[in-house]
Amino acid sequence: MQDFALSFTHAMGLILQGDAELWAIVTLSLQVSLTAVLIAACIAMPLGAALAVTRFRGRNLVVILLNALMGLPPVVVGLMVYLMLSNAGPLGVLQLLYTPTAMIIAQVILVTPIIAAITRQTIEGLDAEYAEQLRSFGVSASAKIPTLLFDARYALMTAFLAGFGRAIAEVGAVIIVGGNINHVTRTMTTTIALETSKGNLALALALGTILILLAIAVNAAVSSVGLRARSMAYA
Amino acid sequence: MRDLLQEKPVAKTSLAAHGLRFEIDGEAKVDIPLLRLDSEGPTMILGPNGAGKSLTLRLLHGLLSPDAGQISTPATRQAMVFQKPVLLRRSVLANMEYALRAAGVSRAKRRTLALDFLHEAGLAGKAKQAARTLSGGEQQRLALIRALATDPEILFLDEPTSSLDPSATQAIEAMVLRAASQGTRIVMVTHDLGQAKRLGRDIVFLSRGQVACHQPADAFFATPEHPTAARYLQGDLPL
Repeated sequence: MQDFALSFTHAMGLILQGDAELWAIVTLSLQVSLTAVLIAACIAMPLGAALAVTRFRGRNLVVILLNALMGLPPVVVGLMVYLMLSNAGPLGVLQLLYTPTAMIIAQVILVTPIIAAITRQTIEGLDAEYAEQLRSFGVSASAKIPTLLFDARYALMTAFLAGFGRAIAEVGAVIIVGGNINHVTRTMTTTIALETSKGNLALALALGTILILLAIAVNAAVSSVGLRARSMAYA
Repeated sequence: MRDLLQEKPVAKTSLAAHGLRFEIDGEAKVDIPLLRLDSEGPTMILGPNGAGKSLTLRLLHGLLSPDAGQISTPATRQAMVFQKPVLLRRSVLANMEYALRAAGVSRAKRRTLALDFLHEAGLAGKAKQAARTLSGGEQQRLALIRALATDPEILFLDEPTSSLDPSATQAIEAMVLRAASQGTRIVMVTHDLGQAKRLGRDIVFLSRGQVACHQPADAFFATPEHPTAARYLQGDLPL
């Protein structure tokens, strides 16, 4: 127990002193996850909106599949991306394995279904309200997608933050495709896993603290976005 | 209110439905062999609940595709105001500009036109406000001028004042009459007989999806052609 207290004190010291190694890891984590979520949002939001406003045979099945993909196990995604990017894989020539790009690819795959599913649900609700009015304006089915996305912007920020929360906290996929290489692909979560097994609790605890603070910040952002939206009756 | 009608309304366009039929689960909810709207003044669609008033209005506007029949009109510009105003999650001004853009008004003209109409409706001071924070009456006024700003030849209204207080209702009625006096054909569903008398020149009474009466307003309120309509006017609740 005394070891733990000592480690914790040491961990706080690392954070407060702005330890270079610690911040390099935090920065890389944020870069990888933010990039992944931005890319995922650009794919998932139009896709989710299109699914929300179109009706076709098998649509229910697609919606069920999409919702199921929200729970994709990160290690399985990591394995799939590993197989694609490894030297023997179809994309091996790109030499992306064990790079931050590989980690971004894995996180995009993990996060896209989450953002797409939330977007689908949000836009479907909004379309129920807007559909007749937009048709009366003469707005076509495809032209209404940008309108719906824009008018759902506050709800969609929540989808974005949910995706970010998933990406930043995930360890299984990035450790497989990133390899946890010092100064290259070490993120907060992979470092915590490694340093804990090595017994270096101070660094692990410091990173864990930052992760938890990030989770709190993301949740605070979600609720302040919600409050602002409600204050303008945009929720 | 009556004095507003001194400017004689003359709608510049007409609208006709031929063999119009709309079914839900195989049951005909609207069945109108012929309906010709070519009166000079506003048309009011009356009828008990479930008579198919809102469905008919949506079919005439083209929001619903009929199972049979067609709508014919030379009008190219139409607009509709709904019972519950559908306002975009944007500012009052942005709501106006969106409708103008959808109607093909050039970017250069949109702002001025939007502000002119807001001014006319007494909403210019709220142009920057989030549209959905307006009061109920203001929201419906915005929905109405947003429709009128696109200069519709036909304006459909589906019980636009059913949840408004008397003064907000009066404001909406005055705007509708002004549009009528400028040549817009008005087709309006209402449950309010007083409103139908104040605004209507032409009455379509629907019963079970069919046109039971189509008469000039004065004649309808004096001697409705159909016994169901007579009972409806007396305050009975015909089925």
